[in-house]
Parts: sequence; C-alpha cells; structure tokens
Amino acid sequence: MTISIQETDFDLGAELTALRAGDARVGAMASFVGLVRDMNEGCGVSEMTLEHYPGMTEKALEAILLEAKQRWDIYATRVIHRIGPLKPCDQIVLVAVTSAHRGEAFAACEFIMDYLKTRAPFWKKEATAEGARWVDARDKDDSAAARWELKSR
Amino acid sequence: MAVQVLYFASLKEALQCSGERIELPADIRSVSALRDHLIAQGREALATAKNLRVALNQEMVKMDAPLNDGDELAFFPPVTGG
Repeated sequence: MTISIQETDFDLGAELTALRAGDARVGAMASFVGLVRDMNEGCGVSEMTLEHYPGMTEKALEAILLEAKQRWDIYATRVIHRIGPLKPCDQIVLVAVTSAHRGEAFAACEFIMDYLKTRAPFWKKEATAEGARWVDARDKDDSAAARWELKSR
Repeated sequence: MAVQVLYFASLKEALQCSGERIELPADIRSVSALRDHLIAQGREALATAKNLRVALNQEMVKMDAPLNDGDELAFFPPVTGG
C-alpha cells in the first residue's frame, strides 16, 4: 500500500514491475492511468494545475486503499497522483492493484479510482483561451462511486 | 476556544485567503454555526459556493458536526482529482 503525491512524472512500466516484484502469488495486475486532455466542456485546454490538501489527501487515499483491501482479495496497491502544472498528454494519476485473479484486480482498481474521484481532496484548474477556470465536479463521478456502496449494513 | 480554518481551490481564490485562526464566540459549537458566523463577518463566498464541502481534522463531515478547541476545519468545493 504505497501512496505518492508528487510533481514529477512517473514511469508506468517501472511502477508495475516494482509492484509485483518477487511475489509469485500474483496472477493478475490491473492498472489505470489518467491523462490530461486538450479539450473539456467544449473548450481547448492548454494547461492544468492541480491543487490538493496536504495531509488530508494522504489520509483519504489510505482509507480508500484499506477499504479496497477489506472488500477484495488483493495483494499490493499503488497510487501516484501528480500535483502542480500539467500539460495535455501528461499523466495525472496511476492506480495499480495485484491479485491472484483478474476479477478482484479489475474491481478493486475501478473502486479505488471511483472513490479517489469523489473523496480525495484534489482540485483541477484549467487554462483555456477564455481564461482560467476551476473544473466543476461531475454528477457522473458521484454515481460511479455510489455503485460501490454496500446495500445491507 | 479557537479553531484553524482552511480554504481551498476556488474558495481560497474568492476569499483571497488560504487559512485563518478563528476565536470561537461562546455560542458557536458546530460547523454550520461557524460558517454562518464567517459569512456574517463578510466571507460571502461561503454562502454562495455551490455544494460546499467541509472536512474536520482532515475527514469529510456534515455541516452539523460539533467543534472542539484546536480543531482543523477546511471548506472547499467538490473535489475534481483523478
């Protein structure tokens, strides 16, 4: 369970290799990489800046990874989230999970990403031709996270 | 009794302030009461921000959460990471 909040880019191959290194229990590894697009809400985006809440960010991500471990039979988890200024095509976020089988790895990876989108305190500001604007949260992100809510508790 | 209040993202910009220490009047013991107090003091962005979120000691809470001395409170818009 390793979390990094960093300005620097990451090497996807190196991260995935390290995540499963020497662990022969691992039969499946799922990963997700989020990227900066050059277009959002009909407007060209030339740059994006990511702000976060130091301290709470790490706590929120740890809680999400812990919950994933309680729900699925997974081994290692890795989250990298970049902050600061980013350009179109840049990598923003990595979520990776190892498990014995693909079903658990896919589900846990998607769960972590859906919860990160709605619970981890990051905010995006876009630079467009019409000026800078803070990105609005999307209802779709809330409904994606709501899918994972446990019904009987 | 005092609390540390932090603001992030669009709220930080609107208030031109990233954080402040607030001495709590005796009748203010919840997040929502503090929010009303801050709005009355001129921090109108706390009234106009849509879907305002709040974290108490770095965990998301509802507006009716109680306050204690030394708490770290943060107001911010819905998160947009990932």
